Amino acid sequence: MSTVTVIDPTMSATREIEFRDALREAMTQEMRRDPRVFLLGEEVAQYNGAYKVSKGMLDEFGPRRIIDTPISESGFAGMAIGAAMMGLRPIVEFMSWSFSLVAADPILNNAPKMLYMSGGQFGCPIVFRGNDGAGGQLGSTHSWCVEGLFSNVPGLKMVIPSCPEDAKGLMTTAIRDDDPVFFLESERMLGMKGHVPEGDYLVPFGQAKVRREGTDCTLVSFGRPVNFCLDAAAELAKEGISCEVLDMRTIRPLDIDSIVRSVRKTNYCVVVDQSWSFGSPGSEVASQLHQHCFDDLDNFVHRVHSADVPTPYAFNLEQEYLPNARRICEAVRSCLYRA
Amino acid sequence: MSMLSEPSTSRPFDVHGSPGERTLAPAATGRRDPVDPALCRQWLRDMLLIREFENRCMQQYQDKKIGGFCHIYIGQEAVAVGCTAAVRPNDPIVTAYRDHGHALARGMAARHCMAEMFGKIGGCAKGKGGSMHMFDREHHLYGGHGIVGAQIPLGVGLAFACKYMDEVIDGRPNSRVALAFLGDGALNQGAIHEAMNLAGLFDIPCVIICENNGYSMGTSIHRGTTMGHDIISKAIGYGIDGYVVDGMDVLSVYHDMSAIVEKCRRESRPAFVDMRCYRFKGHSMSDPRKYRTTEEELQYASDDPIGRLKLHLEERGELSDAVLKDMQREIRDEVRESIAWSEASPEPPMTELYHDVFVEPHGPYNGTSLPKMLQGKDLR
Repeated sequence: MSTVTVIDPTMSATREIEFRDALREAMTQEMRRDPRVFLLGEEVAQYNGAYKVSKGMLDEFGPRRIIDTPISESGFAGMAIGAAMMGLRPIVEFMSWSFSLVAADPILNNAPKMLYMSGGQFGCPIVFRGNDGAGGQLGSTHSWCVEGLFSNVPGLKMVIPSCPEDAKGLMTTAIRDDDPVFFLESERMLGMKGHVPEGDYLVPFGQAKVRREGTDCTLVSFGRPVNFCLDAAAELAKEGISCEVLDMRTIRPLDIDSIVRSVRKTNYCVVVDQSWSFGSPGSEVASQLHQHCFDDLDNFVHRVHSADVPTPYAFNLEQEYLPNARRICEAVRSCLYRA
Repeated sequence: MSMLSEPSTSRPFDVHGSPGERTLAPAATGRRDPVDPALCRQWLRDMLLIREFENRCMQQYQDKKIGGFCHIYIGQEAVAVGCTAAVRPNDPIVTAYRDHGHALARGMAARHCMAEMFGKIGGCAKGKGGSMHMFDREHHLYGGHGIVGAQIPLGVGLAFACKYMDEVIDGRPNSRVALAFLGDGALNQGAIHEAMNLAGLFDIPCVIICENNGYSMGTSIHRGTTMGHDIISKAIGYGIDGYVVDGMDVLSVYHDMSAIVEKCRRESRPAFVDMRCYRFKGHSMSDPRKYRTTEEELQYASDDPIGRLKLHLEERGELSDAVLKDMQREIRDEVRESIAWSEASPEPPMTELYHDVFVEPHGPYNGTSLPKMLQGKDLR
């Protein structure tokens, strides 16, 4: 892999970098722009990042702004929230969102509620970021999709990019945002390459992107499974089924308007969400769609989630557990009465 | 330290236990300059205000004007008043849910504190926080926090931010110290241990003050934690200097805390304080206090921090009956006025329900604004 710190300007129009480089570019540019921004987490500095997202940042910014913490999520997440209350803008890296569970109290009870409980006195401009989701045979404890758990909480924004370009644009927006942002990356996507604009690049929150246009069925997804949807849509096209793939990009705020617009065109909807089905973004989308599009839908909203079991280790079981392209294809055919 | 060296025969009850050699904590050393009598009288006034405020709070709670949980600070007034006197006005502080005393000591007007508990728009947090969540940006009070121990990582973060702003952004030596208060019941929460480790590791100028009143709700400290007689041993394990301070004597609190705070400021290092005190009332309004004896309560009541300060002033001829009576009347009026003001303050309008959730307005969320208490104030 390459780390892009020096860029050939003649290459800029077609410049392709990895997802991790896109994240780093956003953080680096924002740290140059605003001295209040700093990064802390396990192995972010001397080790260059457990997943090399922060590679080289210690060299540029030094140990006062790229801060190695001990394995102590509850402590350093709480500390960063205190710093954010005073007006700094911390970026907290969780090596995995699975590890954020031991910091549930600060990230759920403090960050998203501080503005409200203080009657508007203390906001919390902070970004929590890290790997989310299964797919690397890490077993159940390390494979959390926190979308379902954490999106339940008012006061936070939840961001979940599916490609390098959005990774940069959404990260820049997240760092400049005055509210707490939960930024969900995926270890399985960090090496994904794609075109990423140079310089200041912001993607606004709450605006879904149509990743593939279609007329027969709307596929709504978040993060890594957007790519599974694109695979499924290509497969289904061979059968004459035209899918429109919506990449939501943020779960909170949720761009329900874009979903409604697409569903009024296709009359069918399948939601693909890698969290468990019970009380999830997928169930929330289905519920809101039944409210807004009751008369437009020609079938109930179908949903593809991770299987409702702890994440298995075995490769074959884990692949089947995920909302993979095959399961998406089956759901679309079923939704369209073509099963 | 006077309280610790009392002969045990005359004082059969000792909820804390002897810390042994740690009675010689370094904070106790050093010269104690006499305190200006006017300042002492101000502290007396502050402590009397908290006492009167809390007594009236209990009445308002019984009358159902105050809802939810309500934790009374009576008995511990010397801690908030002495600690506040030992720091600069812009040193940030954060505390737990027994927070009315800290808010008043820091300078919040009684009416805004009372109105918060009444759930009125005139409250410090517009009635959205309640008794356990007092915030005051003007006076650098970062809450009032309801989850036991959760405020200590925040306090370490406040101190981290002070140091970062001075040293990294402005390129000058650190100038501020944060105070983070907890109760002895929080000693066994993981968050405080993680926070102490980070503070020790990163040289963070945060003074962690354990208001050790001997009880974690109804569980005595010795039933809840190891080394309960010597809790600073926990901090020493994290490379943090620990001190035992007599929290029933505002002069001791002021002198010892001044020395500790200035050392932390100078060295840009954390400290831990075993602030030995006693809560005269129950844990909360619903606590019948069956876990301790009346005899024990009476012994500690005889050690009343307000009585001790009064005695100190009277012995020196620095407090006349007339001055004391005037002070008490003023305080009674001030607290009575805070209740009338809170009664008259409107309930929060329904637009407040979706206000202050996000800074940025979107969907049903209609942005944020400062409470009336802070409008027009200098909040740097």
